Amino acid sequence: MFVRIWALFMARNKEFVRDRSSLGWSLLFPFLVIAGFSLMFSGRVTQTYTVGMVGDPAKLGVDRAQVLERFENTRFVDTVAFENRDDAIARLGRHSLDMVFDRGNFEYWVSDSSPGSYIVEKMLLAAERREHKSLRRNTVQGREIPYVEWLFPGILGMNMMFSGLFGVGYVVVHYRKNGVLKRLSASPMKAWEYLLSQVLSRVVIMFSTTAIVYAGCVLLYRFPCRGSYLLLVLVFLLGSFSMISLGLLVAARLSSEELAGGLLNLISWPMMFLSGVWFSLEGSKPWVQSVSNIFPLTHLIESARLVMNEGAGFHDIRIRLLIMLIMSLVFLAAGSLMFEWKKQ
Amino acid sequence: MTHPQEKTPILEIRQLVKTFGSFTAVSGVSFSISEGICYGLLGPNGAGKTTTIEMIEGLLAPDSGEILYKGKKRDSRFYEEVGIQFQNTELPHQLTVGETLATFRSLYRRKRSMDDLIALCHLDDILHKDNRKISGGQKQRLLLAMAIANDPDLVFLDEPTTGLDPQARRHLWDIVFQLKSRGKTLVLTTHYMEEAQFLCDRIAIMDNGRIIAEDTPAGLLNDHVKGTSLILPGPVHPDKLKDFPFPWFPVRENSVEIQTMDIQRCLQELLLRQIDLTGVTVRPQNLEDLFLKLTGHALRE
Repeated sequence: MFVRIWALFMARNKEFVRDRSSLGWSLLFPFLVIAGFSLMFSGRVTQTYTVGMVGDPAKLGVDRAQVLERFENTRFVDTVAFENRDDAIARLGRHSLDMVFDRGNFEYWVSDSSPGSYIVEKMLLAAERREHKSLRRNTVQGREIPYVEWLFPGILGMNMMFSGLFGVGYVVVHYRKNGVLKRLSASPMKAWEYLLSQVLSRVVIMFSTTAIVYAGCVLLYRFPCRGSYLLLVLVFLLGSFSMISLGLLVAARLSSEELAGGLLNLISWPMMFLSGVWFSLEGSKPWVQSVSNIFPLTHLIESARLVMNEGAGFHDIRIRLLIMLIMSLVFLAAGSLMFEWKKQ
Repeated sequence: MTHPQEKTPILEIRQLVKTFGSFTAVSGVSFSISEGICYGLLGPNGAGKTTTIEMIEGLLAPDSGEILYKGKKRDSRFYEEVGIQFQNTELPHQLTVGETLATFRSLYRRKRSMDDLIALCHLDDILHKDNRKISGGQKQRLLLAMAIANDPDLVFLDEPTTGLDPQARRHLWDIVFQLKSRGKTLVLTTHYMEEAQFLCDRIAIMDNGRIIAEDTPAGLLNDHVKGTSLILPGPVHPDKLKDFPFPWFPVRENSVEIQTMDIQRCLQELLLRQIDLTGVTVRPQNLEDLFLKLTGHALRE
């Protein structure tokens, strides 16, 4: 009995060690996750407060400028510049910011319902040192969007990402490896016809599953959609299209399922962490935010959040929609040009 | 002067060459196929049969040579008018046999009726079965149905019965005969001698990327192997066969095969040399003997 157990134990160990992709993934992945998080959060303290700064401080008098400088130098307070005051105040209302400070007019806004606002206001008043430099106080009726409501578009986007990348990319590689594609290549079917049929099929599948999940969650948890459903449909359609065409690009020539799986994981996991699925990247280092913008998932999730959580209109998200469309067309064109029916 | 009744061959291959790195898989292969016959490429694994066929089918680009279909270079018409059954192909998952056939059939402008395909390839019992749940023989019949779904003029069958049991192989042969009777031109690659002899009107024997003999089965046998083969089960000490008056070859499992036109003299010689004849097999020569004679090694190792 022990001999049999030992024999299979050793055989399984050998299989695992010789499966390079599983071995690499088991060892490398945790390191990559820790490395990624430490890069993203290096120098950031867990608890900080974020103040949106608007306006031009040039015309402030010396005393007021000193108050402002003391406040800005307060530890654990991060400042983020905004061009548009209304945009910043809207974020304050959602508790994405703890305070908005107008440097030109020396006034500030806080949210009555935000604990962060309460604390930051105390810090501001401490910096003022009760010198009564005519700081004007404004309040905003805020409602913090519950985390799970904020998370919901991210989860939908993540689901679409996995479906688009693995549901199309991996399957194409598998069919190339086992000869199904070769069989099709010996027919009058053209590569672009095959690719289009796969894209359309997956768009319908992804859209249907997303719609079912969406409807189910709305029924169960009453997540609101503050914007237009039609616009949301457009966001999800373009998002699907961009994920699928990325999957097709990765799968254009590969015939090794191991390699395809590894590459797709290498793309999807960083994309998941850097596209704002689980946590907001506001306040991250600028380079992190720049990297985030190269991922189609970032634009999908951000557009969906703006529509669902903030009631944004077409004008507010038009750039992101355009980016998703351009990415989709570029990925699809490149994938079609590189497409091979046969194993290389 | 061209004979008035000579038709353009349906397929003409001229000096095809294909190399992979330093390895030459196909080295100057030429043949031509008339309409309505079954043409066989017979040779062991690695002879270059599949590479040759895949170049003709358009899946591999030849390094040099010419391929003419109905007298002209291949164009889009070629892909509409030929059918191909590959050697090793998987089928789409989660689809049934009927759905697979219907999907594939819809890729062509010209289509053979579904009822005809189902009847010809005996697919009635398995139409609703998942592709993953059919046997090897059933899969080959489905692949054959897919190969003729567009009612092609020219059908390529690449090792269609490899791995099948004898009964499944006979079923497939029956279907091939029916295709022949309907005037289709067939190109068959195989390493089974009996399959080539049974099905083919003309055979090209390939080895190491070259055609080493080409004729009708009867012509090949008459020209090269008219005699008798004796197979001694062995082991036979090589000294006992020193200066033996007839050609002999070591074959599988220590056996020795002797090829002779004079069986009487051969038997006398064996007895003189006191070679044990227990278990000896004596039979007319066949294409495997021809292959052995031309190449020095067996068709099936």
